[in-house]
Amino acid sequence: MATLSRTDVAHVAHLARLGLTDVELTRLEGELNHILDQYAVLASLPTDAIPPTAQVIELQNILRPDVVTPSLSQADALANAPERQGEYVVVPAIMSDADAPA
Amino acid sequence: MTADRTLTRLHAHAMAVALRRGDTSATELLDAHEALIASQDRALNAWVSGDPAGARASAQAADACFAAARAEGPEALAALPPLLGVPVALKDLVVTRGRPSTAGSAILRGFIGPYDAHIAERLDAAGAVIPGKTNMDEFAMGSSTEHSAYGPTANPWDLSRVPGGSSGGSAAAVAAFHVPLAIGTDTGGSIRQPAALTGITGIKPTYGRVSRYGIIAFASSLDQVGPLGRDVRDVAMLLSAVSGRDDRDSTSSPLPVPDFAAALPTSDDEAAASVRGMRLGLPRQYFVAGMEPGVEARVREAVATLAAAGAEIVDVDLPHTDYALATYYIIAPAEASANLARYDGIRFGHSVRGGNVLANYLATRDQGFGPEVKRRIMLGTYALSAGYYDAYYLKAQKVRTLIKGDFDAAFTRVDAIVAPVSPTVAFPLGARMDDPVAMYLSDTCTLPVSVAGLPGMSVPCGLSEGLPVGLQLIGKPWDEVRLLRLGRAWEAITAGAAWRTQEPTDLARLDDPAAPDRKGAARAS
Repeated sequence: MATLSRTDVAHVAHLARLGLTDVELTRLEGELNHILDQYAVLASLPTDAIPPTAQVIELQNILRPDVVTPSLSQADALANAPERQGEYVVVPAIMSDADAPA
Repeated sequence: MTADRTLTRLHAHAMAVALRRGDTSATELLDAHEALIASQDRALNAWVSGDPAGARASAQAADACFAAARAEGPEALAALPPLLGVPVALKDLVVTRGRPSTAGSAILRGFIGPYDAHIAERLDAAGAVIPGKTNMDEFAMGSSTEHSAYGPTANPWDLSRVPGGSSGGSAAAVAAFHVPLAIGTDTGGSIRQPAALTGITGIKPTYGRVSRYGIIAFASSLDQVGPLGRDVRDVAMLLSAVSGRDDRDSTSSPLPVPDFAAALPTSDDEAAASVRGMRLGLPRQYFVAGMEPGVEARVREAVATLAAAGAEIVDVDLPHTDYALATYYIIAPAEASANLARYDGIRFGHSVRGGNVLANYLATRDQGFGPEVKRRIMLGTYALSAGYYDAYYLKAQKVRTLIKGDFDAAFTRVDAIVAPVSPTVAFPLGARMDDPVAMYLSDTCTLPVSVAGLPGMSVPCGLSEGLPVGLQLIGKPWDEVRLLRLGRAWEAITAGAAWRTQEPTDLARLDDPAAPDRKGAARAS
């Protein structure tokens, strides 16, 4: 199976939104490849005719009545927010001034 | 103090009897357990947080219920829920309203639960007293409880060794008599392996038996809640209290839940007799390379003892066992990478400001997650990424079908399977921290059962080099009653065994001010 290069590791870290240090990236390159070596055993198993199992219990399409039930209050939902303003959670601007329409 | 320590050594079912007789009170039980925790947890570090006020209120409410029922008569007393007034610890990933839950992670330091988990509601309704929450590997990823942001937990049998994991805090607390019962979760072995390494009993029920609502998620198709305790009757009691359908977890099963404790024989003779004619499968693939001879010897002796008691031992073949490690270590990290995407530093949890949204994510998650969690997020993200999904995730799901098929075939011939839990006894703190694959191999005998979603139980079966060994009992889906009856039979058959009288070796050292300060390690980090 594939081997992860240092560039691959940095790419996956970006996909995972992990801001890793150079030391961490170097260590992970070795560790992840060592773990991926353990996965190689699966390639030897013929599985073309085998259906995948996503979950093991035989329950499907669980529906509930479409009625309103109590849910978290606004105060509870906001209580753990690192930064808030009134009834809102504060987040940094997604778009910079340069993105603004002229 | 001597009287207090007699109380804490009682099993939960014996506490229930003493409470109904009026021999003790819920408040007295709580005092005894809290005194032990206060004097010993510096060295054990089994607890992440306590809830003295909440526990006191629950104990007083329980005592009021006992007083009212006693005034009313024996029938009212008998109708009270079995766990009323009994202390039960929660693993630190069970969310409770108004109380902290960290899942062993720095990213949830200071997080206060906005609601109660389903099982917390159930335990509250049953009148259980919750002294606090127990230490664990971060987000339940680990087999030693060393991957906790709050320092490692020690094993009461040898303070220089791990208690197993990830439910190591719950296991150590039960083994050290800090509580008679604790809640754990098991994704790949996290109840069974720590139960084995600390010499107690734990059961991972069938996937879907217990609602996961309010359980901080690791791998959603594998995570399952279960009890740890000092005997089979006690874990049966706790399992009954938390099992059953909950509309807030669509994977929780609508099947009726038996009264697990009532299904167990009361006398040892009856219990021992129940194993006669039972067909028990012995899978050769579970006696793996690297298994310690002492562990293999105890497990094979246990099988011989069961055969001598009348069980029929049948060799069974589980040919895809060796593929379970790779299968699990693709599926679980993949699901974890998706579940842990929610820790973004915006709505709750640790938050670092980096200048813009992306920089916030990167800094928050780099600081908030520990090394093992980062490894698993990286593995999972890679396994799900474009171009690799079919080779890894889809392949693992297909092999999962084969692993489940092995068990389905075996269970046409046998009633249950007996196997080791862990290839080794408790290992020294630090021994596997630099080698992730060595740590993953700790769970090689429990992972296939998780991948197949089956119930699995660990019961103590003796000592090797002075440390506990666990016997794994594996059942058909929804067949927990049979597993518990088999476990109870095992207890009855070995009731006179010398190893049963041995308490954890290092219990006395927990009181010694010179014992290593595991909590201090947490504060320093």
